[in-house]
Amino acid sequence: MILQTTIYFIVFPLLSLTLVLGFIRLLLGPKLPDRIIAFELIAITSAAIIVVSAIANDQAVLLDVASAWAIISFLSVIALSFYIEKWRGRP
Amino acid sequence: MNEIVISILLVTGSFFMLVAGLGMLRMPDLFLRMSCSTKAATIGVGTLLFALALYFANLGVATRALATIGFIFLTAPVGAHRIGRIAYLVGVVLWEGTIKDELKGVYPADACLPFGQECLIPDMDAPEVKSKIEEEKP
Repeated sequence: MILQTTIYFIVFPLLSLTLVLGFIRLLLGPKLPDRIIAFELIAITSAAIIVVSAIANDQAVLLDVASAWAIISFLSVIALSFYIEKWRGRP
Repeated sequence: MNEIVISILLVTGSFFMLVAGLGMLRMPDLFLRMSCSTKAATIGVGTLLFALALYFANLGVATRALATIGFIFLTAPVGAHRIGRIAYLVGVVLWEGTIKDELKGVYPADACLPFGQECLIPDMDAPEVKSKIEEEKP
């Protein structure tokens, strides 16, 4: 009971606020690397939301989704930095 | 009792995530922002996954949760280091309050030419690059 209340009234709002702040930086970010790190924060916050949903819904399977999500976000960050490196010109 | 411990861990983790978001918005510089997002978000997700391992109290789930923690702790610094290096080379300006810039003079000034030209990390062992760095040193 106390766990459900904590999750729905404290944890989810804090994580959603983090997502909003990340999206603001994604819009503001003056250069492309700023946008990439904002994207990284958004991806890792989504993984955290999936983990908390696993506790809220009592579904242990969602942990696999979260770990796959973390792997894919790491790979996408590496790929984006690779393409900036190979790109001609300043961002 | 167990629920209270898990709740405390969850609130701590989400608070760290919020700190990461605030730093992402408020910090003046790409590199400071990057340190916020990697440190705070890594600690936050680690705490949340630890709470999940405590909640299910199951060997398989706990092993997967700890493996995910280890994966995130290993990969977040790698990604941050790579983006920081590329951003420095590509010419992202530092904050004016920066005290120390240890990479200054390590790479040649024209490592990344203006738009339309080559933009590659130079081969640091090549003799022409080495002589150019020696010339530019103050």
